[in-house]
Amino acid sequence: MTAPSTTTSDIASRWVRRRLASAARWLTTPVRPDDYLRLVNPLWSVEELCGRVEAVRPETADAVTLVIRPGRGWVPHRPGQWVRIGVDIDGVRHWRTYSLSSTPRRPDGRITITVKAVPDGLVSGHLVRRAEPGMIIGLGRPEGEFVLPEPPPTRVLFLTAGSGITPVMAMLDSLFAYGAAGSAGLGDADGARKGTAPRAKPLDVVLVHSAPTAEDVIFGRRLRELAAEFSNLRLYERHTRTDGRLKPTDLADLCPDWTERAAWVCGPAQMLDEITAHWSGPVDQLHVERFRPARPAAVGGTGGLVRFTRSRREVDADGDTPLLTVGEETGVLMPSGCRMGICYGCLARLSSGRVRDLRTGRIHGEEGDLIQTCVSAAAGPVEIEL
Amino acid sequence: MPTTRSTPTAVMLTRADVEEFGRELDKIRDEVMASRGEDDARYIRGLIATQRKLEMAGRVLLFASWLPPAWAAGTAALAVSKILENMEIGHNVLHGQWDWMRDPKIHSATWEWDTASPADQWKHSHNLVHHTWTNVLGKDRDIGYSAMRVHPEQKWHPIYLAQPLYNALLALFFEYGIAIYDVELERIPTGDKSLKEALGQLRAVAAKVRRQIIKDYVAFPLLAGPCFLPVLLGNLTANLTRNVWAHTVIFCGHFPEGAEVFTEEQIQDETRGQWYLRQLLGSCNIDGGPLLHLMSGNLSHQIEHHLFPDMPSNRYAEIAPRVRALCERFGLPYNSGSLARQTASVWKRILRLSLPGPGRPRQKETAPPVEEVQAAV
Repeated sequence: MTAPSTTTSDIASRWVRRRLASAARWLTTPVRPDDYLRLVNPLWSVEELCGRVEAVRPETADAVTLVIRPGRGWVPHRPGQWVRIGVDIDGVRHWRTYSLSSTPRRPDGRITITVKAVPDGLVSGHLVRRAEPGMIIGLGRPEGEFVLPEPPPTRVLFLTAGSGITPVMAMLDSLFAYGAAGSAGLGDADGARKGTAPRAKPLDVVLVHSAPTAEDVIFGRRLRELAAEFSNLRLYERHTRTDGRLKPTDLADLCPDWTERAAWVCGPAQMLDEITAHWSGPVDQLHVERFRPARPAAVGGTGGLVRFTRSRREVDADGDTPLLTVGEETGVLMPSGCRMGICYGCLARLSSGRVRDLRTGRIHGEEGDLIQTCVSAAAGPVEIEL
Repeated sequence: MPTTRSTPTAVMLTRADVEEFGRELDKIRDEVMASRGEDDARYIRGLIATQRKLEMAGRVLLFASWLPPAWAAGTAALAVSKILENMEIGHNVLHGQWDWMRDPKIHSATWEWDTASPADQWKHSHNLVHHTWTNVLGKDRDIGYSAMRVHPEQKWHPIYLAQPLYNALLALFFEYGIAIYDVELERIPTGDKSLKEALGQLRAVAAKVRRQIIKDYVAFPLLAGPCFLPVLLGNLTANLTRNVWAHTVIFCGHFPEGAEVFTEEQIQDETRGQWYLRQLLGSCNIDGGPLLHLMSGNLSHQIEHHLFPDMPSNRYAEIAPRVRALCERFGLPYNSGSLARQTASVWKRILRLSLPGPGRPRQKETAPPVEEVQAAV
């Protein structure tokens, strides 16, 4: 008895809403109605999606889960995807990507991310130590292809280490905890609940997870509970401080058919490289997720390859020539102004890399930043959206 | 080797002194810029929220404007909100003072303000032309806004006889004056600017003015139904008040007695120290309390603003005593006076310079006696 997704009244009400919104713009010009709505409640903004932290749950000594109520306009994610999170620290907005650790099937519509404080990590450290309920954070759209297909394969291997468990937790919850609530397809696992007769072709999931000690296992209790409840989920915890690092050869002992399964692997780069090298199954059955490596500290004055993405030009630049000059000499149409860093007429978007402020020597820049090209030089490879 | 630049005030510093002066200012700048943080972010966000709430309150009050007190309160709230929006928020955001927060909603590249002038045209004519060429004759179009004789060094023309009158008119319709001024119409006959470019800019101005006018003089009055006329008059009064106030404050920036002008030859191969010196000598402050600073968009700290145009405006008050002390140390003038004094000085000039003649003695009383040191560089 499902209603058709769009009815005449739906279309009419959408039309009315659109007309109202465009009428309201005449009243709020030169800004937008959204700018006033945000004042009342940041979550009402559709132009600048954000979320409110509702709870902060410690997971381990250095990891927390943030329960976030996403604002209007949040598009449900697929388990395993990541999202960009914008956090204001000392007045400056920083964007980082985090895997969503919650299943989109959560009945309350909340999402969670689980953050482990990395050494010298500005944002992760801030979130782990300073996040509190009520905090407003910026949200991107869910992204990434490290996801379960629909319907999921029947034989699955999850191989994770450290915070690599976070996207897999979303998948496990979708398959098991909330699987029973769903209809057919993704995560129909209720047949495997203990005491119930298994259905045809039940899921068969192996999770091999590495962490230094039992206490360091993020979601440790939850994983153990799930494994106890569902006979078709086998959990192997590897405590590397006592047992040593997991090697691909160990994997063959733990799960002899590992290369015959559809595998999702998430953890440190070295682990991903080893697994990829030893994988003998079909290439499309191995899914790996690389968390971005810590930003290498750029050495001042070294310069690097500068790529202007829209103009499709590349040039090697030294670390002392302003990017504005570099672009102009390469024939890129560069916006420019005073050439001394005061008029902001030369702002361009940084797609990747870091730049050095020629006035102070400070190295800065994150993806999406608007930088003053007239007083910034390349500090390593740089991509500019021009 | 270039020797000391002699300015009209006969400020004679050794080259080494000028550079030392510049280094001291750089130090102040670096200190403040490094300390920008959460408090500053809270300031600008809070101010924007306050301004928008004040605007909403004003508009709501005006819907009840059959009651005279509601009309007066609504109009006042709207006028104050528009002044804050243009001056302490818009002007400073467009300078890039808040770009460091990386908030796309409070950024010079995305900001648009509640005035006739489109933000991108303003950023060119103001941030680039005026702030780079501050008080350079023939380069800084803000000198008399290309229409008035405000410095004796400008050549007299009979049209200037009418300047007291059109300055008063300009005050009333300042936002439109600025919008047209940004198009630089006077550069078309000389061939410096193509007609096509100017027409494109005029179209952008017209599109923005249309929306602004529909908002204040059609949409809100119509929404008010029977209060159509009082709302229209309230909005008009608020806009005119903002215009006159902005004109008053802005004319106090570079036109009071004592502000210097420069020639292009004087600023050739200008060093950073010399650039700072020119900004100082060409700008004038207004003395007053926190409310005056806020309502003037901190253009009451015009000197500090011209030295550090991209420093968050809420920090100017804190550095002003240090800049002033530095000027004393180097024997440099620091032109500051009450709003009444600076405004009277501007009007006196506009009246006097509408007539031919140099209009003032070569030595000005505001310049402190400066030890003349011949450069030996």
